[in-house]
Formats: sequence, structure tokens, C-alpha cells
Amino acid sequence: MPKVVVDVMPKPEILDPQGKAVLGALPRLGFDGVTDVRQGKRFELEVAGEVTEAVLAEVDKVAETLLSNPVIETYSVRVEETA
Amino acid sequence: MKVGVVTFPGSLDDHDAQRAVRLGGHEAVALWHGDHDLRGVDAVVLPGGFSYGDYLRCGAISRFAPVMTEVIEAAGKGMPVLGICNGFQILCESHLLPGALVRNDHQKFVCRDQRLRIENTRTPFTSAYAPDAEITIVLKNGEGGYVADADTLDRLEGEGRVVARYLDLNPNGSMRDIAGVTNERGNVVGLMPHPEHAVEDLTGCGTDGLGFFTSLAVTVLA
Repeated sequence: MPKVVVDVMPKPEILDPQGKAVLGALPRLGFDGVTDVRQGKRFELEVAGEVTEAVLAEVDKVAETLLSNPVIETYSVRVEETA
Repeated sequence: MKVGVVTFPGSLDDHDAQRAVRLGGHEAVALWHGDHDLRGVDAVVLPGGFSYGDYLRCGAISRFAPVMTEVIEAAGKGMPVLGICNGFQILCESHLLPGALVRNDHQKFVCRDQRLRIENTRTPFTSAYAPDAEITIVLKNGEGGYVADADTLDRLEGEGRVVARYLDLNPNGSMRDIAGVTNERGNVVGLMPHPEHAVEDLTGCGTDGLGFFTSLAVTVLA
């Protein structure tokens, strides 16, 4: 059954203290090559029936109204086939 | 005056807010998040806490609670609405106030007696204060960093819509030290610190917060 995946990320200009905390921990673990970390959210939505354009349009609305806050975050919607 | 205080699942400060409303000289009316009913109140307080466990984003799920349909409609008609801490976050998520509140820049929960300057005394919740009054009330938050784009911040400052600003230090990374803002009409106020915890000498850091609740009477008489 296909899943609709919504990724939500803090906008580049918004400070991301969680990402910064993760970045700060990396050198202590010996990982020196990472220069930035941004932390976001991933939502996996299961929908009834086929994933049609209409379904994707609805998920887009879900992402815009509830899953993300457009003041501080961006989102993207995609379909992921599962085995 | 009848002042409603909404209880959401996870609200913490609803009873303190009700008490502050009564000490301010009003009747406190308990409102329930699941009811499409404001029970005839003249003003509404959205209290602090961690409604819906702060899941998704602070205030994001509360914004769609049944009672919020009525709160948003009444606010649009000019009813005074005060959101404190989590209530401020709910007002931003409802788009009744501009901007958003994000995790403190230093990543730690902060709890302190915070000095503020009241910069707008024309709202129904701040009219009891003298212009530029400096007060000390409790601040306690994990996600209290006020953010908005530069245009919005310029507009808020240009229109005198910054209600309160942090003094001495910026406790949470809020842009331009903003602690509270109001909407264009001036009837909706969001504030990150807690005036309802500073209304009696017995507990807290004094009674500087009482003005937020006595102001309503001044507004009604005016």
C-alpha cells in the first residue's frame, strides 16, 4: 500500500536549537565532517484507496493547515511505494 | 464582567487564571475545550500549560478544539482575548496574532522572575498600567522564542503593537526582546510571561501582574 509522506522543515532563517544541539554533539563522538544539522519532522499518511491527484491535493491542505506552520516551516508532499 | 478561562487537556494555569480574574474584580467562568459555547462571557483567557502535550507544535492541536471556533469568531468581533504562554502559542497558531513561538535559543526550560516594560497601555489588558511601566512577573517556558519576519516585526513596532518587552536580559531568544504583542484592532493580546502568577503577596514575586486583570474594568467603564 502506498504511503503519502509529508516532510516538514524549519525555514532556513528560523533558528533551530534542536539541530544545533545535535551538531554540537557530533564532534564529541568523533564525527568531524558535518558542518550543519537541521531537524525536521516526517509524517507518514495512509490513505483509503488510490493515491489520486485529488488525494494529494487534500494531503497538501492537511500539511498546510495542521502538519506545518507556514510562519516558521516549509513542507513537501510525496508518495512512497511500500513493499 | 464575566471572564471565561478555557481548560484544554494539559492546561496547567487555568485555576490560577480564574483566581487572578476574581482578584481583578470579575466573575471567572470555566470554559471547556470540547464545547462550542462561550457561556455568555465578555472576555476570554487562554491559560498556560502544555495543551495536548505540546504534540506536533505548541498550540497546534488546541487551535482546532471546538471552543476555538467561537473564540476566533468572538475575537473577530472585538471581544478581549488574552493568551498567556501556551495561550499565546495557541493565538499565533490560530493566526489571531502574527508570528510564532519556537524553542528557546539556549535549549533549556527557563523559570525566573522577569522584568518587563509595558509598551502599549491601550489594550483591554494593559490599560491599568502607566505608559512604559516596568513590572516583574514570572516567566516559565521551553518554547518562548518569539519569531516573525522582518517586515512583520517592523510593522508591529511601527504600529505600537509590541505590548511588552523583556528588560535586563532576553530569556528565550525572542526577536527584538518581544514578550507580548497585540492584533491590529488591539483586542487580542498574547504574552509569554505569566501575570496570573503575580497577583498576591503570599506567593510569587509580588502583585505586578494584577493590572492585566483589573484593566478589563477600566476598559468597560471607558
